[in-house]
Amino acid sequence: MTPLVRGLLVFGFAAAVIYPFLVPNYLVNIAMLMFFTAFIGQSWNISGGFAGQTSFGHAVFFGVGAYTSTILQVTHGWNAWLAWPASMAMGGAVGCMIAMLSFRAGLKGSYFALITLAFAEVFRILANSVGFTRGGLGMLIKADQRPENFQFKDSIWIYYLAFALCIVSLLIAWQLTRSRFGARLVAIRENEDAARALGIDVFTEKVKVLTLSGAMCAAGGTFYAQKYLYIDPSIAFGIDKSVEMLLVTMVGGAGTIFGPLIGSVALTFINEATRWVASAVPALKNVQPLSLIVYGIMLMLIVARLPDGLMSLFAAKVLGRKQRHA
Amino acid sequence: MVDPAIILAGVLNGLLAGGIYVLVAVGLTLIYGVLHIINFAHGSLLMLAMYAVFFLWRLLGVDPYLALPIVIGGAFVFGFVLYRLLIGRFSHGKDENILLITLGVSIVADNAALLFFGGDTETIAVPYAGEIIQFGAAFLPLPKVVSFVAALVLCAVLGLFMARSDTGKAIRAVAKERQGARLVGIDVEKIFAISYGIGIGCLGAAACLLMPTFYVTPQSGYAFVLVAFTIVVLGGMGSFLGAAVGGFLIGVTESLGGLFLGEQLGQIGISLIFILILLFKPTGLFGSKA
Repeated sequence: MTPLVRGLLVFGFAAAVIYPFLVPNYLVNIAMLMFFTAFIGQSWNISGGFAGQTSFGHAVFFGVGAYTSTILQVTHGWNAWLAWPASMAMGGAVGCMIAMLSFRAGLKGSYFALITLAFAEVFRILANSVGFTRGGLGMLIKADQRPENFQFKDSIWIYYLAFALCIVSLLIAWQLTRSRFGARLVAIRENEDAARALGIDVFTEKVKVLTLSGAMCAAGGTFYAQKYLYIDPSIAFGIDKSVEMLLVTMVGGAGTIFGPLIGSVALTFINEATRWVASAVPALKNVQPLSLIVYGIMLMLIVARLPDGLMSLFAAKVLGRKQRHA
Repeated sequence: MVDPAIILAGVLNGLLAGGIYVLVAVGLTLIYGVLHIINFAHGSLLMLAMYAVFFLWRLLGVDPYLALPIVIGGAFVFGFVLYRLLIGRFSHGKDENILLITLGVSIVADNAALLFFGGDTETIAVPYAGEIIQFGAAFLPLPKVVSFVAALVLCAVLGLFMARSDTGKAIRAVAKERQGARLVGIDVEKIFAISYGIGIGCLGAAACLLMPTFYVTPQSGYAFVLVAFTIVVLGGMGSFLGAAVGGFLIGVTESLGGLFLGEQLGQIGISLIFILILLFKPTGLFGSKA
């Protein structure tokens, strides 16, 4: 790590810590969402970026996490903080199950992406139909804004929590780049047959990484449910969340530590810029689709022209070298 | 026990819907068979074609069935150009990349539709919408029967085209052995673009046949994409016969699923079939060993 990079990290950390004291509340909220998106993006990046297992259905883990903690609280009276590890365990279990089924069947590439999409769809339909999720009505968490309930009156605390989650996810990704487990994942991504020939247990490693990714993403689901105190099948299991996680990672740089964070920053700026454009042009009453159109175009450009994402531009400028998968 | 007459009606309705599914799936399987790419934008392009049919009717008063040649032609050109300008440039790299490119196309298409057409559900009220044909104990809506017959005729036309015409032979040659096809002087890139165009042209036809009995929203694409993939995977990727059989099976599954499990839970059958086929028989019913 060069002094320049270390300096940038310290500066970024300090700026993020004092940020909420300097700006109005709505900007705190935007930054909170940015860190949160970077966090769930990182959960996608662990399996989709580092291990190369592109998923179109990560919302399945997000939704399992959100529903697990919400059901435990609302129906069984659990404390939200206690429900959090439980939902991570459920997310990990679902990740493990999907991985065992799909990788045992030898699904790779596009087929794996499509089967994850189908799993998310199955969970969405189930959540819409079974009784204990209250179906399409969704579930409300009773508002009781006390820290011990994982609900905060002051948005500054939820901001710091999102920031902390983002830091933890960066540390996990950083560990991946320097551990043997991470090296095995990269070997699998680059060439599965070669990895197997080197003696790597490809199946087990892929199951492990999807379990980890699922547990992380489920943690994000609980966070989301606690922030908005409401969850329904299409928020939880809809394709929008899956695409969001994939987008920030692809745009920022798949398989890099900072890719999801950089992608999340970029998409937040695009979002605010389109909101600004839309407020200037009254004909554009609907902002959401406009920013998604820009995201879609960015995704295509990145895949076509910049396979390592915005991170590679950044790496070339700051680190003075072209990084092929950090 | 459910009345057998209701089951019969369910099966017939499923078969009628299946006819249009066949058309959608044939386009997808053709693109896969020739180009070896998974066209995730298939549903979204169908949605755009459905809007084209809707606006032809709303603004110019063109009947959806009469719009068939216009929309098929327009969709073919759209697909051809889309391939030449965008998809073709990326289709020979890693297969996840082309999947992501077509995902990008579908994100742009879905949201452009939402931005320009709004989120409302649009339908076409054709004068013959309420006509009923009696078939044994079952009563079938006339537009569904017409669409079913038209879908089969169009599939037969496409089959003849593939079997007899020079272009069709070239497409089959490229699908089998693209190096060899290039060596005997076939312009492979052009055949790719034509195949993609035909695949999208099938969507244009399906859109015309769907609109008299169905509706369109910007989310319609997502609703269809999983159905289309399920049919193609069930039948075997790249197999025309598979797409045909799969289309009818899925149509009936959906219809009976809705009958026995209710509107909400009934949709689960399609996703489950998709997962089970991929897990246990990835070559599908008629697919060749990959």
